[in-house]
Amino acid sequence: MMEALAKLSYLLAAVLFIYGLKRLSSPATARSGNWVASLGMAVAIIATLVFYTQVHWSYILIGAIIGSVVGALLARLVKMTAMPEMVALLNGFGGGASALVASAEFVKYLNAGGAIPLNFGVAIMLSVVVGSLTFSGSLVAFGKLRELITGRAVTYPLQKTLNALILLATLALVVWLVAEPANPVPFGVLAGLALILGVLVVIPIGGADMPVVISLLNSYSGIAAALTGFVINNEGLIISGALVGASGLILTNIMCKAMNRSLANVLFSAFGSEVQQIGPAGAAGDKAVRSLTHEDAATMMAYARQVVFAPGYGLAVAQAQHEVRELADMLQARGVTVKYAIHPVAGRMPGHMNVLLAEADVPYDQLYDMDQINPEFERTDVSVIIGANDVVNPAARTDTTSPLYGMPILDVDKSHHTIVLKRSMRPGFAGVENELFYNENNSMLFGDARDSFKKLIEEVKQLG
Amino acid sequence: MIVELVTLFVIFVLAMFVGFEVITKVPPTLHTPLMSGSNAISGITIIGALIIAGAADNRVSSIFGMLAVAFAMINVVGGFMVTDRMLQMFKRKPEEQKK
Repeated sequence: MMEALAKLSYLLAAVLFIYGLKRLSSPATARSGNWVASLGMAVAIIATLVFYTQVHWSYILIGAIIGSVVGALLARLVKMTAMPEMVALLNGFGGGASALVASAEFVKYLNAGGAIPLNFGVAIMLSVVVGSLTFSGSLVAFGKLRELITGRAVTYPLQKTLNALILLATLALVVWLVAEPANPVPFGVLAGLALILGVLVVIPIGGADMPVVISLLNSYSGIAAALTGFVINNEGLIISGALVGASGLILTNIMCKAMNRSLANVLFSAFGSEVQQIGPAGAAGDKAVRSLTHEDAATMMAYARQVVFAPGYGLAVAQAQHEVRELADMLQARGVTVKYAIHPVAGRMPGHMNVLLAEADVPYDQLYDMDQINPEFERTDVSVIIGANDVVNPAARTDTTSPLYGMPILDVDKSHHTIVLKRSMRPGFAGVENELFYNENNSMLFGDARDSFKKLIEEVKQLG
Repeated sequence: MIVELVTLFVIFVLAMFVGFEVITKVPPTLHTPLMSGSNAISGITIIGALIIAGAADNRVSSIFGMLAVAFAMINVVGGFMVTDRMLQMFKRKPEEQKK
């Protein structure tokens, strides 16, 4: 009876999750959707505490208090620019929790004599593998995004062979442990191998491919939760885990499409490990780059009819979102139409730019997706590229030898003028020279984006 | 035993489809909050963690369970709170400028 009530509560929780996610389909209802989902979580937690006989309240309380305090502090203190790290970290904790639950179940069976029914055995082993891999992989992703370790792709000889061997060993151990479950040592080895695998799989992936990795780890954390559902025979976990798994997969797919690369290519090609000399790079030396003064740039924007801002990761690094908004407000007050062009992989995670601009109070109806904004560029007087590079490189359309070829880009080069804010002429993540910089109607505005915007604001003020 | 497994698998597959249907409708502008929010939902592992931490099986299991509760709780509390923090920033019109 108690179990039936618990299951019904979990069903209610799952329904609330789905309804909450449904409300995320519009920014206007999204916040309430998040509340609905957290209500679902509260229902699930309370039902578990009420309907299952609890003996060790102390363990539960200690764990819950530590977790809540750490979680709340992280959520309050994290900067909006650091959101990718935060999500990577949360993914990791989710995966880690699933691996721990599966391990605890394993120990429980071990103490009871070691026999594990086949279905639970499979679920426990897979849950440990996916959970541990998500945990260590997310920590590496976190380290890369924080730049605790190099953001570039790390490669070494026989990398793929080594990874494949470890994967094979892991799978072999899973099979062995399912057949012969009463073995604590190989179980420990299994968890260890999965942890190593997580590190090795993420380490060869470069910084700008992080949106894909984070999405994929997001999916894994969901799958891990669903597998835990198989371990403890709980439909609530399976449904919720599957929702998250699906969500992560969709985002992964969107990110890959936005780079015109397959998931396998992102994961295994070590893109961006070195600066490649492909395409027009050789000719770069004798091509002239025009730079302009802040005064000229300000004048150009102030007397334009339409200005489009195209932000990239550089915006996050420079933390220039507030200055951008301030300049946009001034331009709008002068009657200039201002729009923002958001490429799906701009930044380090899906929707990264949108959150930054939202933080600076940019209304979300001024943000345009790539498909919406691309036809607009022909009617745009000035496009301002803020710390973006590969996502505006015209070589993606024209140069079949470029590694970027085929990637959908923001067609900023079709606007009457482009201004590129950049600290130096260093190529972007893909290591490819950007033809846009040498275009006749392009001007470079060198310097830190935030300082540049402050100067631009001053200049526009002086125009009166 | 196999039937049980298959039943659970059926639920899993159907839930994936529901997930695909619902999530495809989320606009790109909300993709970051979607990730952090769905992340919080994957903290549903807390159920398993609570059951294990609370059950009187053995010390090792209980300690694993306690750690799992802590991890999952970080996920749940951190995830929902940070999502709320982000979503409250998404506004349609700029706020009235006050001089």
